[in-house]
Amino acid sequence: MAGFAQRLATGSARRPSRATSFLRQLLRPAPDATPVTLTQRRIYVLPTRPGLIFALMLGAMLLGSINYGNSMGFVLTFLLGSLAVVSILHTWRNLAQLTISAGKGTAVFAGQDARFEICLDNPGSFPRHAIGLRAGGVTGGFADVMPHQVACLTFTLPARQRGLLQAPSFTLFSTFPLGLFRAWTHLDLDMHCLVYPRPAPEALPLPLVKARTGPGFSHGEGHDDFIGLRTWHHGDSLRHVAWKAVAREQGMLAKQFSGEAQQDVWLEWDALAGMETEARLSRLARWVLDADAAAQRYGMRLPNRALAPGLGEDHRRQCLEALASFGL
Amino acid sequence: MNNLVWLLASLALAIAPHLDHMPLWAGPLCLALGMWRLVVARGKAKLPNKWFLFGLTAAITAGILGTFHTLLGRDAGVTLLVAMIALKLMEMKSPRDTMVLIFLSYFLVITGFLYSQSIPMAFYLFVVVLVTTTTMIGYQDVNGGLGVRPRLRLAGSLLVQAVPLMLVLFVLFPRVPPLWGLPKDAHAGMTGLSDSMSPGSISQLIGSEAIAFRVRFDGPPPHPNTRYWRGPVLWDYDGRSWSTRTPLDGAAAQVEPLGEALRYTLTLEPHNQRWLFALDLPATLPPGSRAGGDMQILAQSPVQHRLRYSLASHTDYRFGVTLAENERQRALRLPADANPRSLELAGRWRGTHENPRAIVDAALGMFRNQDFIYTLSPPLLGQQAVDEFLFGTRRGFCEHYAGAFVFLMRAAGIPARVVTGYQGGEMNPLGDYLIVRQSDAHAWAEVWLAGQGWVRIDPTAAVSPDRVESGIAAALPEAELPLALTQLDIAWLQRMRMSWDLVNNNWNQWVLGYGQERQRSFLSHFHASLASWQGMIVTLAAGIVALLGAIALWMLWHVPRRGSDPVQAAYRTFCARLARRGITRAPHEGPADFALRAAHTRPDLTAQIDRITQLYIRLRYGRPWNAAGELRQAVRRFRP
Repeated sequence: MAGFAQRLATGSARRPSRATSFLRQLLRPAPDATPVTLTQRRIYVLPTRPGLIFALMLGAMLLGSINYGNSMGFVLTFLLGSLAVVSILHTWRNLAQLTISAGKGTAVFAGQDARFEICLDNPGSFPRHAIGLRAGGVTGGFADVMPHQVACLTFTLPARQRGLLQAPSFTLFSTFPLGLFRAWTHLDLDMHCLVYPRPAPEALPLPLVKARTGPGFSHGEGHDDFIGLRTWHHGDSLRHVAWKAVAREQGMLAKQFSGEAQQDVWLEWDALAGMETEARLSRLARWVLDADAAAQRYGMRLPNRALAPGLGEDHRRQCLEALASFGL
Repeated sequence: MNNLVWLLASLALAIAPHLDHMPLWAGPLCLALGMWRLVVARGKAKLPNKWFLFGLTAAITAGILGTFHTLLGRDAGVTLLVAMIALKLMEMKSPRDTMVLIFLSYFLVITGFLYSQSIPMAFYLFVVVLVTTTTMIGYQDVNGGLGVRPRLRLAGSLLVQAVPLMLVLFVLFPRVPPLWGLPKDAHAGMTGLSDSMSPGSISQLIGSEAIAFRVRFDGPPPHPNTRYWRGPVLWDYDGRSWSTRTPLDGAAAQVEPLGEALRYTLTLEPHNQRWLFALDLPATLPPGSRAGGDMQILAQSPVQHRLRYSLASHTDYRFGVTLAENERQRALRLPADANPRSLELAGRWRGTHENPRAIVDAALGMFRNQDFIYTLSPPLLGQQAVDEFLFGTRRGFCEHYAGAFVFLMRAAGIPARVVTGYQGGEMNPLGDYLIVRQSDAHAWAEVWLAGQGWVRIDPTAAVSPDRVESGIAAALPEAELPLALTQLDIAWLQRMRMSWDLVNNNWNQWVLGYGQERQRSFLSHFHASLASWQGMIVTLAAGIVALLGAIALWMLWHVPRRGSDPVQAAYRTFCARLARRGITRAPHEGPADFALRAAHTRPDLTAQIDRITQLYIRLRYGRPWNAAGELRQAVRRFRP
């Protein structure tokens, strides 16, 4: 348990030193390769607290039946006892042979909550009910999985630092059908979530860098006069989508403009000299968001790589990913 | 909300059978608190505060103390339990509180069995268990994905799976005697003969259809007019009622049999009294019992559980030929100044008849020849009861005739005593056993005659021969019969009654009567070692393990093993079909490599092979994805 807590505490994106990395490897066995099938060995069953109270009650009922020599009392006591015992098997079966895999993780900014998705695949011909997910002391919800279907559960974890956030280990449990017993399995899937740097809070104007010959410039596209439509490419700003054409079901078309080409913006690492690394990354992340919001074509130059100017969802993601994994 | 309704319903069902032995206020109180809880759940009221609950608890406790004068004991305990459940509803917040209430609902069921263990009651309480289990499942189904019907079905199947295990436990769990004493009222409210007889005390039993005991004869049953089942023998008359203040001590009387012995097994319903019944006159005694000189059999303690014993009796006998002086005096004692006209009549008989036998005949002749009437509703009698009956009302039931007869005999100097018990009984042709009901209760007399000992005289037979020959229903006029005894002429109804009694008898014998003795004798049929508790425990453990193993196997049958994964199965089929065409997948060959090689060999199938392999790889190694059906379909269409 201590290792679990430590893992939560150190579950940040900072590149660990060699020593801590070694320690982490010791504390944490290699994550399970996904998908994991819950075999007999992985599932534990123990009575719940109400289950223990139930056992106490059965004891009292047995004593009463003996004392009164009451045959139906014996019948009822034994029936309820057998019911509890049978429910162990049902509770256990509720988890048995489920196939667990990591779902898609969406990147978040530092300071936000990272969401991890766990998908339960039921290969059996009977439904599974009320399977709970617990991670970091918080129950992340319950799922019912129908036969031959998949259901997913999510849990969140505050993303404190940029980088690659490793999901903590978690517990899948079930007390279905009677709540007298609890079957659980402890899983440690190899799940990550990319954490972008936290965008700097204050809005500084975008740096205006003298235009150079770039891919955007040669196209001669600008924002001045509308000259026609062309097919919309993934990466084009949504602001240029010809929504009227979309409404006419002509497909996704982008508006083209002529005129003096707008100058590309270069977001430069070197322009922020004198700042700390994380602060620089925060500032760059803020600029990426601002430029994207303003539909301003932008490129980015980091010490180890450069991203050519562009615009759109993919470009933004690439830039943010570069910032997130900078120096790692 | 839905769960709460189920919880309240299961509690209501469990409380319902207790309503008639709780104080009147308990039912409405539970109902009110239950409704309150329901309104709270709708958000239209608030739960009461701590002080209100404290006050209510105090009031309820006071109410129970006021009714029962104790908090212990069966009735008071059950009332307290029900009240506490209702109060718990008012402070139910956490899921654990809910679970405790569900458990208490189960516990109420077992208290129900303290009052009745009959088949209908057992069935009803099993339904309560089913509903309570359904409630429990409802609370575990946190997403509410299960409808009412699946929940009921699941509860049912859990219970059905529990039954074999329960049977093993029931049969093999070693029965032991009670560990400590029971509350005083544990066995209250049983019907049966009492230890005294006064006018009206037996006729009140006639309306009761309740079983007194059942008898299975080893041979043919005795003739109806000899079926006298001997119970309490009453010696002492106080001018109003007959009783036995101190039982006669001394050894059991010497019985001189005059005919064949009748062997039978009698199953006595509990009546919370010490006496046991036997066919007049028993030659042996049930184990652990004793009998005095008057052959009244007494058990060591009141009969509080159904009791089975085997006996031998002689219907033709002679006993008590020599009469001890203290017995003679006791058998002649009469209260002073009571019933002067009867004393005078007896004195006259004494003067005119030469021997006691003639006096007995004179008394019987009077009953037979004068206008005496056998009736269930005789007029009330006053202070001089025997005089008023003999010379005034002349209408009476068996206790009037037996009492008056013994009075006359004693007044005439003949030792006499009253014997109560049952007379007759009804054969159940389906099960071949005799049913003796409370309505067969009877009283007769015994007189001591020199050379013959104690002789049974039934004065009722002189008035109404039918009573002894054909039973109570034939002897009384139709209009007087209690409802329970009428309508016996309808054949199918009679047959149904007999079948039902047969079922009840077996239930009593095998389920309710399954105690220490029965368990030992039953289990030793199978193996000698099973007669000891060690043997039972070992067999029990083995049985439980075997059954659990069987249930686990059966359940696992529905869980796919590694090989029965539909995706894997479809891909195996695909490989097998290619293998038939000479393209066999090597064990080390990955699906992608194999697809390349197969497509190279059979270019015509490239599209299909590619599609199946891609689907397979995505299903097997990709993100979870509901496309197993697509793969299966593609493989089905794949015919190389």
